[in-house]
Amino acid sequence: MKFDIYDFSVLTASIHESLGSMMGETAVIITEMVIVGIIFLTLFAVLGLILVYVERKIAAFFQQRLGPMRVGFWGTAQTLADVIKLLLKEPLITKNADKFLFNLAPFIIIIASFMAIAAIPFANGLHAFDIDIGIFYITAISSIGVVGVLLAGWASNNKYSLIGAMRSGAQIISYELSVGLSLLTIIVLTGSLQFSEIIESQREGWWLFRGHIPAFIAFIIFLIASTAETNRGPFDLAEAESELTAGFHTEYSGLKFAFFFLAEFMNMFIVAAIGATVFLGGWMPLHFGGLESFNSIMDFIPPIFWFFGKTAFIIFLMMWFKWTFPRLRIDQLLTLEWKYLLPINLINILIMAFFVLNGWYF
Amino acid sequence: MKKEVVNEMKEQEYFINMGPQHPSTHGVLRLLLSLDGEIIKNVEPHLGYIHRSIEKMCERDSYKMIVHLTDRMDYLSCHMNNEAVCLSVEKAIELEVSDRVKVIRTIMSELTRLSSHQLWWGVMGMDLGAITSFLYGFRDREMITDIFEETCGARLTMNYNVPGGVMFDIPDNFQTKVKEFITHFRKKLPEYDDLLSNNIIFRSRTEGVGVLSKEDAISYGVTGPSGRASGFSCDIRKQNPYSAYDRVDFKEILYSTGDCFARYKSRIDEMWESMSIIEQLIDNIPEGSAREKTRAVIKLPKGEFYQKVETARGEFGVYIVSDGKKSPYRLKFRSPGFSTLNALNTMAKGSKIADLVAIMSTIDLVIPDIDR
Amino acid sequence: MAGIFKMMKSIITYIKEVLGGLRSLLKGMRVTGHYISHPKEIITQQYPENKNTLKMFDRFRGEVILLHDENNEHRCTGCTACEVACPNGSIEIISDRVLNPETGKKKKEIDKFIYHLSMCTMCNLCIESCPTDAIKMGKDFEHAVFDRSLLTTVLNRPGSKLAPGVED
Repeated sequence: MKFDIYDFSVLTASIHESLGSMMGETAVIITEMVIVGIIFLTLFAVLGLILVYVERKIAAFFQQRLGPMRVGFWGTAQTLADVIKLLLKEPLITKNADKFLFNLAPFIIIIASFMAIAAIPFANGLHAFDIDIGIFYITAISSIGVVGVLLAGWASNNKYSLIGAMRSGAQIISYELSVGLSLLTIIVLTGSLQFSEIIESQREGWWLFRGHIPAFIAFIIFLIASTAETNRGPFDLAEAESELTAGFHTEYSGLKFAFFFLAEFMNMFIVAAIGATVFLGGWMPLHFGGLESFNSIMDFIPPIFWFFGKTAFIIFLMMWFKWTFPRLRIDQLLTLEWKYLLPINLINILIMAFFVLNGWYF
Repeated sequence: MKKEVVNEMKEQEYFINMGPQHPSTHGVLRLLLSLDGEIIKNVEPHLGYIHRSIEKMCERDSYKMIVHLTDRMDYLSCHMNNEAVCLSVEKAIELEVSDRVKVIRTIMSELTRLSSHQLWWGVMGMDLGAITSFLYGFRDREMITDIFEETCGARLTMNYNVPGGVMFDIPDNFQTKVKEFITHFRKKLPEYDDLLSNNIIFRSRTEGVGVLSKEDAISYGVTGPSGRASGFSCDIRKQNPYSAYDRVDFKEILYSTGDCFARYKSRIDEMWESMSIIEQLIDNIPEGSAREKTRAVIKLPKGEFYQKVETARGEFGVYIVSDGKKSPYRLKFRSPGFSTLNALNTMAKGSKIADLVAIMSTIDLVIPDIDR
Repeated sequence: MAGIFKMMKSIITYIKEVLGGLRSLLKGMRVTGHYISHPKEIITQQYPENKNTLKMFDRFRGEVILLHDENNEHRCTGCTACEVACPNGSIEIISDRVLNPETGKKKKEIDKFIYHLSMCTMCNLCIESCPTDAIKMGKDFEHAVFDRSLLTTVLNRPGSKLAPGVED
C-alpha cells in the first residue's frame, strides 16, 4: 500500500484498488463503509479519553495546581480508570420512567455526533463524506442532538430534570441560529457550501485574515455561540453543580452517563473542527498570497498536523472561557442571544456582502 | 366549574428543599423554598443540624477553657471570637493588659479578617461558576495560615488569646513575614478585581439582586459588611473601640445601594483597609509583657458582663452572667449570622433560584456560628 | 430630528456596552492566562513524596508527648495539673504511693499517663499548666488508624522513672 503523508488520497486509492481486486463492486463498498465506521468509533473513543485528560490538566494549570498525577505516568491513565469505574456502576432506572425513551436518549445524541463527524475533513484526501452541501448538512445534523436532550429530561420522570432539559433545549435551539449565521458570513466569501471547496479557497490565506473585520467579528460570535451550543463554559447552567439539580442527566448512571459525558466532549471537538475548517483553513497550511518561500516552508508540515493543531487551539480557547468566567443565568443567556448576538450577526452579514460585492477583501 | 379549574391552576406553588447537603449553603443549612415556577415566594431556614451545645458546655468549664470552644463557632474569625471572651473576662476582673498585648491582638484580628475575606471571595466565585477563583483565594490565604502556624501552632482553631494576654510571645520573624505577606497581597488584590469585580457577567448577576434597605438592615440587626453595604453604620471598631483600634486610622466602608454587588464591594474594600491597619501597627509593636499574671483559676465577681467585637461577619457579642464561681452561670453568644439569616427572606423574595445562590454567598454565612 | 438623535445615542450606548463587556472579559482571561503560562508558580506539593523536606514549625500542635531523656527518665510528678486543666478529660493520670527506700517516706509516683488522642482538641492548656515542663506538643500529624483503640495510649514508657531533682 502506498502511503504519502501529504496526500492521503494515495492511500485510499490503493486500498480501494486492492479491495476491488479481491471482491465485487457492492462488497467493496460495504467493506469500505465498515472500515470507516470502525475507524470513527475508535477515533471517538480515543479522542474522548484524551480530551477528558487534557481538560483536567489544563484546568489544573489555570488553577496553579498539578491535576491528576497518580494513575499512570503523570496521570495519563486517569480517564481509563474513570471509564472502568463508570462501567461498573449499577444502571438504575427510576420508577415509572418511560423505559424505552430513557434508554434511547443517550443513543440519539451519540448518533447525531457520529453523523456530524463523518463530514469533517481531517487531511488532504482523508474526508469520509464530501457532500456538496457540507456545512448545511452538519448544522442540520447537530440539531438532532436537541431531541436526545429533551427525551432524557422527559423520560427521567423527575421534575427537576425536566426543568433542566427545557432550559438546555431552549439554549441549544437559540444558539444554533448564531452558529449558522456566523458560518454564513464566510460562505459569502467562499461561494460554496462544500467543505473541500471551502478549504481550497483558503490556499492563498485563511479567511480569518483575508476577510478582516467582518470575518473577525464572525469568529468571535462563532466562538461564543458554539460554547453555548455545546452546553459548556459560562453557559452550563443546565448542568451546573452548584445549582439545584444536575440537569437533564441527573437520573443516569453507569454507561449511559458515560455516553452523555463523552458526547459533550465530542460535540466540543466537532464545533472546534468546523471553526478551524471555515475560519482557519482546515488542513491548509498557513499561506500568505505572494510569499512563495514562506509558503513552501509552511507546506513542509503535513496537513493532518495542521488540522489537529488548529482544532486544539480552538479547544484550548473554549477551555479558557470555561475556567475563567462565572455562569450566566438562563434569562441573561437568552437575552445575550436574541438582543445582542443576533442583530450583530445580521448586520455583519450585510457588511460582508457589501464588502464582497465591492471586492474589498484580500 | 370554571372557578374550580382556575383555583386549581393558581396553586402552582411547590416546595423544594435546598437540603442540608448542598454545595452552596456553606454548611449544613436546610432552606425550604416555596416556588412559583422560577420565582421564589418564601424562604424558610431550618437550623440545628450542627448544634453542639457550646453554651451549655461553657457552664461547666472554667473561663480559660471557654476560649477554645469559641474557636469552633465561627471558625473563620477565630482570633476575634477568642478576643471577645478574653476582653469580657478582663473587663470583669478589672485586669489591664499591656500595650504589646493590645497591638498583637489587633494585628492577629486583622490578619484573621483578611483570611476570612479571602476564603469568602474564593467561595463566591465558585458558587457563581468561576471555579478558578476558589484556588486563588486559598493560595493567598495559605501565607496567612503559615504565619498563624508559626506563631500559635495551629492553622484553624488557634486558641491563642488567654485572659491576661496571649499564650506565647510572637516569634522573631513575625514582623518580616507579615510585611512580606502584605507586599505580596497588595499585588494580588487587583487581580481579584480583574477576575470578578469588573467582569460583565458577574456584574449582571449581582447588581440589583437581593436588595436590603437600610431600615430593614437596622430592624433585623444585620451588622458587618452586609449591613454597612445597606448604609447602616455599625462598625464597632469605630464606635466602641477596643484593643488598639483607637490608635489606628482607617475608614468605615459604607455603601447605600444594599444589593449583592455593594456587599461584595464592601468586603473587597475592607481588605484594603485591613492591610493599611496592619501596616500602621506592624513596625512599632511596643515592648512589654505578652501575658499578665492571673490566678490559676479565675473567678469572676457576681454580675453581668457584655463585650462585643467586630468579626468578619458582623457584631459578635459575649454575655456572661456570673455568680462568683469558677464557671459562668449562663453564657450567651450573640452571633452575627443568626440575624443575617433572618433577613434572607426579605432579600430573596421575588428573585430566581440562581439569584438565591448569589445572595447566599454575598451575605457570607458560617452555619456553625448560627447553630453553635 | 430629535428621534434620529436619540436613536444614534442608543446605538452608541449599545456598541459601548458590547465593547466594554468584551474588554472586561479579556482582562479576566489575561489573569488566568498568566498562570497557565507560568507553570513554575504552581503552589501545591505532592504529599507523600515531599516528606523528606517537610519541616513543621516549632510550635506546631500535633499531639501531646511526655518527654524522656537518654536515661529513660521523665519529669512528671503526677500533680494532675494537666488533668484538671484539660477541658474534656483527654488526660487521665493513674498514680500510686510508692515507698521511697532511701528516706522511708511514701511519695506519689505515676503509674500510667493515659492520653486519649481521639478526644484531644490540641488546645495547649495542659502544656501551659504543667509546673515541671514534663509534656510538650509533638510534631507528628499523621494520626489516622484503622482501629480506634490505638488512639488511647499510655505516654510514659515502660521502665521509665522520675528524673531525680524534679520537685512538685
